[in-house]
Amino acid sequence: MTKSELIARLAEANPHLFQRDVERIVSTIFDEISNALARGDRVELRGFGAFSVKQREARVGRNPRTGEAVKVSSKFVPFFKTGKLLRDKLNT
Amino acid sequence: MGVNMAGHTVTRAQLSESVYEEVGLSRNESAELVESVLDEMIAALARGEMVKISSFGSFSVRQKGRRVGRNPKTGDEVPILPRKVLVFRPSHVLKNQINATLSDDA
Repeated sequence: MTKSELIARLAEANPHLFQRDVERIVSTIFDEISNALARGDRVELRGFGAFSVKQREARVGRNPRTGEAVKVSSKFVPFFKTGKLLRDKLNT
Repeated sequence: MGVNMAGHTVTRAQLSESVYEEVGLSRNESAELVESVLDEMIAALARGEMVKISSFGSFSVRQKGRRVGRNPKTGDEVPILPRKVLVFRPSHVLKNQINATLSDDA
């Protein structure tokens, strides 16, 4: 399911809404989650899961082709932990 | 070891509030729509579908095989049954956005 398919499904289930409103609803939700993570906040959606940001320490990596050592600076990565309810639903 | 420097946690309530402010539906309906979005995603994943949200990331279901685990407290071997797990792969847009704001004050 892509974002546009998600929008289409919601539009179908909510015929009283304009398609462009459904688009804005979906975009607002993912923008809010992204902005929260960019502030370093956590996003906790019970039953679905929780998004957080983890810091990866700087390290010395290697160019796999040349074997040369390269410095990899510290970076932040988004992380998602699946909620219990969703985990159970995947396995029923 | 999340970053969470400000100690804030965003929940459904804040997402609904943003939808309310952004779209102009009632607070009730905004909350219902946030729920519908999550429900549609959960239903797709439960069907085994991948959910791809452009410029955010993709959620996919991966099948894990049976393996032997251990109770870390007692050291006893415990079989871990085959199961499905969810994997989230953040998009480059999201990763870049996070590093653009957080890396400066790291």
